[in-house]
Amino acid sequence: MIGDALSLQLGYNATLVAIGATLLGIAAGVTGTFLFLRKRALVSDAISHATLPGVCLAFIIMVALGGDGRNLVGLLAGSAVSAWIGLLCLSWLTRNTRLAEDAAIGSVLSVFFGLGIVLLTVIQTMGSGRQAGLEGFLLGSTAGMLWSDAMVIAIGGAVTLALILLLRRPMTLVAFDPEYAAARGLQVDRVDLAMMGLVMAVTVVGLKIVGLILIVALLIIPPVTARFWTERSDRVVLLAGLIGGFSGYVGAALSASAPNLPTGPIIVLVGFTCFAISLFLAPNRGVLAAVLRHLRFQRRVHLRQGLLALAQAQPIYEKLTLRLLRRAGFARADGVATETGRARAAKALRDEKRWEVVRADQSHEAAAALYDGLRDIETVLTRDQIADVDARIGGPQGVSA
Amino acid sequence: MLELASTHGVIPGETGLEDSPLAIRGLTVSYGQKPAVFSVDMTVQPGAMTAIIGPNGAGKSTLLKAALGIVKPLSGQVQVYGKSLNEQRGRIAYVPQRASVDWDFPTRVIDVVLMGLYRQLGLLGRIRGQHKQRATRCLDRVGMRDFADRQIGQLSGGQQQRVFLARALAQDADLYLLDEPFAGVDAATEKAIIGVLKSLREEGKTVVVVHHDLATVTEYFDNVFLINTRKVAEGPVAEAFTADTLQATYGGRLATAQVDQLARALG
Repeated sequence: MIGDALSLQLGYNATLVAIGATLLGIAAGVTGTFLFLRKRALVSDAISHATLPGVCLAFIIMVALGGDGRNLVGLLAGSAVSAWIGLLCLSWLTRNTRLAEDAAIGSVLSVFFGLGIVLLTVIQTMGSGRQAGLEGFLLGSTAGMLWSDAMVIAIGGAVTLALILLLRRPMTLVAFDPEYAAARGLQVDRVDLAMMGLVMAVTVVGLKIVGLILIVALLIIPPVTARFWTERSDRVVLLAGLIGGFSGYVGAALSASAPNLPTGPIIVLVGFTCFAISLFLAPNRGVLAAVLRHLRFQRRVHLRQGLLALAQAQPIYEKLTLRLLRRAGFARADGVATETGRARAAKALRDEKRWEVVRADQSHEAAAALYDGLRDIETVLTRDQIADVDARIGGPQGVSA
Repeated sequence: MLELASTHGVIPGETGLEDSPLAIRGLTVSYGQKPAVFSVDMTVQPGAMTAIIGPNGAGKSTLLKAALGIVKPLSGQVQVYGKSLNEQRGRIAYVPQRASVDWDFPTRVIDVVLMGLYRQLGLLGRIRGQHKQRATRCLDRVGMRDFADRQIGQLSGGQQQRVFLARALAQDADLYLLDEPFAGVDAATEKAIIGVLKSLREEGKTVVVVHHDLATVTEYFDNVFLINTRKVAEGPVAEAFTADTLQATYGGRLATAQVDQLARALG
């Protein structure tokens, strides 16, 4: 069944939904990356909740004019207008009052959503309102998706991506260094507003599939996931698009494979799975890599301390240190140094003395900056320099470097 | 109170101002109700290195940011090479304080320097070999060539500062404005930066630096601009950087012993 779903064998509606969700995922992932880089991810939550009153008002107006209240283009236009008003309220509050952005987001989000819910209740009591199905915009509803709905998503997504291609440089510059961007003559406020406008476009386009409550996940999870894998902003953008598209496609296919599985939430869960895998397994930034790095470092410290203790014939009590020394062949089970152990210990002690000289000498400043108590001195100094240091220390020569 | 402004914030038909890389008249900037910079006039001399000096919170950085249009002044006028700021954007390079950005941002050293070529590249222009070569040359000038492909988070504070300077160099500007480039950097970085700034002066460029270390002023700079919300003194180091002007700038904040010491250093 899942195989059928993934190869788009489950019929017309499921195929439409899968294509629409994939396109939406790509657009949301790419757009969300700039929001994430600008550290304003939560603004998308305010924008998405601010769409609800617009959807409801558009329905009421279309019915009042004698039309079909469920016209998707009309509803989306309404949602865009109220999201834009919410966005303007938000940026006005942050710029012209002492309210911090988080408080402004909370205010705009709750007020607009509250108003939307009131209007939704009003619509329920209207004659033509009962079958409106506007609640579908809260969590998305794909059951009755039409060809025209899919086209709206495809066109909206394509236009958004084209605009991002055009604005990617100013948006990246503003995200990294807004003061420098302003000094170059960029209108930072306008770039920000354009970015929010793109987020709004994605939100509006995604209302039908994932709904206004969960669209924020599709905007934020892909860039956060992508960030685990790369240190370059352009690659974060590309990866986020891929992850978003993948989540949309697989999520839509999974939800089509069994009855009564909601599309939007499943898409979000697929995205979350990608996130969880990245969180643990990503090289460098992943949790597992960090733990391994820490363990490796701990072992280096123990081994070094153990060698220094051997060199000074001090007893070793740490079990880990003993075990590491034994495994490296530097000590016997009873803690007595082996032949190689003694040689290495002498070298470690000698290195300590060499470091002492290097750190006291201003002319070795660059090398001294690398001192961490673990490094072999020959990784930092040349053979000649070491010989020079040794000459200054005096004492037994010929300890292998 | 604005009557205090010597020129009422207007640049009148003063002669010679069109030669000044940066002329400021009657500039007042305020965060809230307390002016950070009040009715300040400044005339930067071309081809020289000027230090902006003053105590913490005296409005040094604010003056620079207002000159660049990063913060909006309440009043006053700014002219760059005799024209308005926006006409001359391409001729100014700015080096912000390194603490002003998040160094965990996903980008490499070379990408940061390429940001300096933002105007040349335009919105859709591709980054080509010549752009990369130019960025690499700028990195070489600040001694950071080997770091081109590193993630910026791996750099030390001094290295970060040098990358910011390389980005400004990539702009190939005529006027360089630097905000505390020597704050909290190692000796090697300070040497590298001052070397680059002096070579810029030799090329006939103009350099303005917000500076905090009084001990190095005479060694590094030609001119000083002393500020404590208002302008205190402006001119060549020998004339404007004296025990009296320092006392007037720092008031009780600079110990008398320090002032004496500096005065002796100045001869």
